[in-house]
Amino acid sequence: MKKTSKVMEYNRWGYIFLIPFFVVFVVFQLIPLISTIYNSFFENFKSGLKQIGPNFVGFGNYVKILSNPDLWKYFGNTMIMWIIGFIPQIIVSLLLAAWFTDPSLRLKGQRFFKTVIYLPNLIMASAFAMLFFTLFSDNGPINSMLMQMGFLPEPFKFFSSVVATRNLVGFMNFIMWFGNTTILLMAGMMGIDQALFEAAEVDGATPNQIFYKITLPLLRPILVYVLITSLIGGLQMFDVPQILTNGTGDPARSTMTTIMWLNKHLFSKNYGMGGALSVLIFIVTGILSILVFQLTGKEQTN
Amino acid sequence: MSKTKAIAADAVEENGGLKARRFVAYLVLIILSFLCLIWFYILFINATRSNGELGRGFQAYPSTYAAKNFVGMLHSTQPILRGMMNSLLVAGLSAALCTYFSTMTAYAIHAYRFKGREAILTFILAIMMIPTQVSALGFVQLMTKMKLMNTYLPLIIPSIAAPATFFYMKQYMDSVLSISLVEAARIDGAGEFMIFNNIVLPLMKPAIAVQAIFTFVASWNNYFTPALILKDENMKTLPVLIAELRSADFLKFDMGIVYMTIAFSIFPVIIVYLILSKNILKGDPI
Repeated sequence: MKKTSKVMEYNRWGYIFLIPFFVVFVVFQLIPLISTIYNSFFENFKSGLKQIGPNFVGFGNYVKILSNPDLWKYFGNTMIMWIIGFIPQIIVSLLLAAWFTDPSLRLKGQRFFKTVIYLPNLIMASAFAMLFFTLFSDNGPINSMLMQMGFLPEPFKFFSSVVATRNLVGFMNFIMWFGNTTILLMAGMMGIDQALFEAAEVDGATPNQIFYKITLPLLRPILVYVLITSLIGGLQMFDVPQILTNGTGDPARSTMTTIMWLNKHLFSKNYGMGGALSVLIFIVTGILSILVFQLTGKEQTN
Repeated sequence: MSKTKAIAADAVEENGGLKARRFVAYLVLIILSFLCLIWFYILFINATRSNGELGRGFQAYPSTYAAKNFVGMLHSTQPILRGMMNSLLVAGLSAALCTYFSTMTAYAIHAYRFKGREAILTFILAIMMIPTQVSALGFVQLMTKMKLMNTYLPLIIPSIAAPATFFYMKQYMDSVLSISLVEAARIDGAGEFMIFNNIVLPLMKPAIAVQAIFTFVASWNNYFTPALILKDENMKTLPVLIAELRSADFLKFDMGIVYMTIAFSIFPVIIVYLILSKNILKGDPI
């Protein structure tokens, strides 16, 4: 009897040690989230010097924002730039992970290559974007290099071209994330039972067959995980296009992302529309997170 | 006889195929490494060159203006050195608080059996994916009301509740900390708080080191929240100053100084990473 009460007393410490996490979570995340949702039901912005609202408008902000073609344009921009980066990212990462984990290939200098490809992931995205802006500017080093080598007769205006600017954003995302994805996929590949590969080799399977028939199907859960977490990250795309285009999303707002638009609402103190936009992004990420959650949950029970 | 020949021929062909695959692998790896590093090489070269030299086109070798550009950066209109100190302060404190309290949260879940434990674990995992941007509006309003705008507290304190770090710590703790160790310490009369500080924390050192680096880098690189919170020029962190440099009509600036400023915000992380890369790559989170 005495022993149980003592154990109970110990276990009370579980709650005590959880206090810092939950206090900080409630004050700095939960209350702001709830008040963001609350704000989304009010008309509240500045028109010139005049303050409009706050007036309760129900779902008015949502109707307004969902029927605004800009929302779909910016969402489309975000998705296009995400895809431009993600397709090479997943292909290259799969290849590299397969090579790094292939014992018959015995690649030398693996540590060097892993160190190098992971490096861009740690670089300050805003400084990296600023660097790309100076390098690719009209009289920057890339243009002068291309002209010195005779590829271009005159500077190419990268930041006046929709295709070039979007591709630069996608390329930077690719460079910053493929190393991270490679390391993640390597962990998944090393988790596959080696006996399967050996059996396939004994049966005379080619490296290609092994990759498509064994590695890829067994890797499916982790590939879906990479896809969805990358999509969640893609929806939050901000630093790179913001700095690269100085917040304008130019040319012709073709690189303006949804978070850049949210940022504009926050700076112009349009709290109603900003709130509605936040809630929409929250819902989309929420749905995607539930998918990830179910996936990893299944993994853990297996 | 003919069978052994066939096997030998097979082996030769296989060897040739292997060699070809290895060649392709090295070639792709070298191209990718080039694509990862070339930008930083150009940055390094350009940070050592004068504005005049930069205007005359690209050169592949460094020049002699590094020190001059550095001095120019220190005396530029932006408080870059101050910005670096601010970034160091914010990122350092965030990393310390985040790892300490995430370990504490993990310990609460790992070592104690209390009512609602499972539910709390599920809850923390569920909130892991919520992006900070979606609550930024309410966050800025609340910080304004709490008179915390233009201070570092809104950038440092939230790192105490970091679900991803908690998850990593919990995974690591499950593999290194046995309850019998905690019970032995209890029999020796140690208090729960003392056990956490003197036994659990030292055991968790490798995990804390890895997560401290990641939290530090994430905070060092963070632009979205600091840009909303910090208004005073002397309070701003490096990413906010970089953004400011971009919005200024900087083509009129001394480009050597601009490159030096970018280099100054990128190279410290690269150097720290190269020193610690062994631990980082081994203990990659998730």
